[in-house]
Amino acid sequence: MRKTECLAMILAGGQGSRLGALTKNIAKPAVPFGGKYRIIDFPLSNCANSGIDKVGVLTQYRPLELHNYLASGSSWDLDTKDGGIFILPPYARDKGADWYRGTADAIYQNLNFIDLADPEYVLILSGDHIYTMDYSWMLESHKKNKAEATIGVIEVPWEEAPRFGIMNTAKDGRIEEFEEKPAKPKSNLASMGIYIFNKAFLEKYLIEDAKDETSSHDFGKNIIPKMLADKARLYSYAFEGYWKDVGTIESLWQANMDLLQDEPPFDLNGEWKIYSSNASMPPHYVGPNAKIKNSMVSEGSMILGEVENSVIFPGVRISKGAKVTNSVIMPYTTVAENAVVDYAIVAQSCEIAADARVEGAKGAITVVAEGESVLPEAGSKQAG
Amino acid sequence: MGIVDLQEKKGLIRELADQRAVESIPFAGRYRLIDFALSSMVNSGVRNVGIMLPDEPRSVLDHLRSGKDWDLARRHEGLFYLPYAKGDDDQRRGDLKNFYHNLDYIEHSKERYVLLARGSFVYNMDFNPILRFHQNTGADITMVYHTAAEESIGKNVVLETADNGLVEDISEKPVVYDGSKVSLSIYLMEKKVFVEMVRYTYEHGGQDLLMDGIIRRANEYTIYACEHDGYVAHIDSTAAYYKANMDILQPEVWEELFMGEHSISTKVKDEVPVQYKETADVKNSLVANGCIIRGEVENSILFRGVTVGKDVKIKNSIIMQKSDIQDGSLVENVICDKNVTISKDKWLKGAPNYPLIVTKNVVI
Repeated sequence: MRKTECLAMILAGGQGSRLGALTKNIAKPAVPFGGKYRIIDFPLSNCANSGIDKVGVLTQYRPLELHNYLASGSSWDLDTKDGGIFILPPYARDKGADWYRGTADAIYQNLNFIDLADPEYVLILSGDHIYTMDYSWMLESHKKNKAEATIGVIEVPWEEAPRFGIMNTAKDGRIEEFEEKPAKPKSNLASMGIYIFNKAFLEKYLIEDAKDETSSHDFGKNIIPKMLADKARLYSYAFEGYWKDVGTIESLWQANMDLLQDEPPFDLNGEWKIYSSNASMPPHYVGPNAKIKNSMVSEGSMILGEVENSVIFPGVRISKGAKVTNSVIMPYTTVAENAVVDYAIVAQSCEIAADARVEGAKGAITVVAEGESVLPEAGSKQAG
Repeated sequence: MGIVDLQEKKGLIRELADQRAVESIPFAGRYRLIDFALSSMVNSGVRNVGIMLPDEPRSVLDHLRSGKDWDLARRHEGLFYLPYAKGDDDQRRGDLKNFYHNLDYIEHSKERYVLLARGSFVYNMDFNPILRFHQNTGADITMVYHTAAEESIGKNVVLETADNGLVEDISEKPVVYDGSKVSLSIYLMEKKVFVEMVRYTYEHGGQDLLMDGIIRRANEYTIYACEHDGYVAHIDSTAAYYKANMDILQPEVWEELFMGEHSISTKVKDEVPVQYKETADVKNSLVANGCIIRGEVENSILFRGVTVGKDVKIKNSIIMQKSDIQDGSLVENVICDKNVTISKDKWLKGAPNYPLIVTKNVVI
């Protein structure tokens, strides 16, 4: 393998248990988002657009659909002769097999892959954030600071800071202290879960951490605090722009709704393209009595009813008299005549029968799991 | 093996085919005409496809490139480009010369049959039943026709067949009557028949494959024809282009062409889903990804990446990719080619069934 400067490793093995029914059969990074994408399209497209052409994707939980989706990586232009996507699930060794026991352990178990790519820097990303970011600037900053590790940070509202890992930094960006979910935060710079490490430096800490039986093998909990304790050169890289952790139903719903603003907080139409696997589907058809407002609608859909403040994925049918508001309708779902869907996320290939009602509320989004049918007799589907 | 012929005449569709082949005219919001014949071949299991290039091949090459989007970028076989033959040594016109100059490729392919189709037709067809029909009848050549539903003017090849499909007459007619069997320019034959036909006819002064190779020599071949009863359009004029686009606004036609078991593939662009804003009002239209809509759209087709401003009214129109229809303008019975800008408050109106055409990159 040709030597590479910066290798990206995307942690995509998480179950995403807080997404409940949406991740029953698929891993969180494979959850559909934004009318045609899946969550993992964002870090992958960011890599492709940042000039990183070697990406390891660490998978573990329910990987079938994710593996199938990633395929050769051609959707992200990553199917080059020597680069591309490397899918890295846990594997068996001569003394048995281990699952990935934490984010740090997942990388540790793939040190042989990192050796093969032989990069100077390793960029660690997670597969559950929606944002567009040029990692090459962060790498520049890492080099300029002669840092051993650089952590991407973003300013969050002070009242939300206690939910995040908070960095206390010196003026030049050097990290002095890291507090995981502090009750009284001293700063509002939250870790985005994006790290650049010097390869040899990372390797040393991962090997030490693997020997530590008491460690939970997590970057935020174990590796970063250990590096800080050793007074290593850790710097922050401040990111300005839209960044959203879509780990919960509410935040996933909100991130979809954010796209519907008249001037969305981040521009999917811009130069920084988000790539995804494109199905061969025709432009969507809008019927003579349809009404569509403040919504995103994708290819292959047929809209005969009303759609407002909603995100409609490919191949969806919204029949005559049906009303879809404040909702996310994932691929190949049918909403039959006169059915009502409000404040809901309806997963792939569902059938909302004629006259059925799926009604959630703001702050209590209803979820219909993949392949489910909702009948009118069942009454209104409750939040869950 | 399949051969898609891209040599449609441009006489009646000059505005849209000025800088491109007829077969690469954008169609139905995201496709090019060639996608239909090519996808039908690939979906029918044809793995070796030769593209008979037109004299202005750039738009076709840019669209097809390696053939990857049709799964034709293969280690063996896949997509082949058959170049247009140079004219200097031979003043003959017609398509036969181009077949003749590419006979090498055809002879060296290992497939037994040649399926010839034209890239200027719109259909989604499974060719397997046609192969079975061909094998059952023992024909030398099998043609495919559709039955005309209405009278129409324009050059067409009309067949007369017996009940079992045996072709009794082939002729080119200026008018097609209701119920006529109109050829879809699809020919299936064994490779050796095709090679002999092209070589013999060309070497004996022929110019046109159909006229000189088939019609004049019809008594030498057993020709059968079978019917395709799905949607068909032959785009050989601006009127036919406009009508076929409007046909796709019928949900049955949209479903049949695009949403069946076999999809039509095209060059992939990574466009965002359509963004409908607060003031959008869209009725009976086809809208491709990448559009941003703030105005009114009715009975129209919007290609990828079109922006429709506030207080815009678009009616009975075809707006091609990346066009920008700015605030307050009115567009009715118009075909806008790629990348057209209709600036604020401009009114543009064509006659019904005789659309006004705005050519590529024009700013109004």
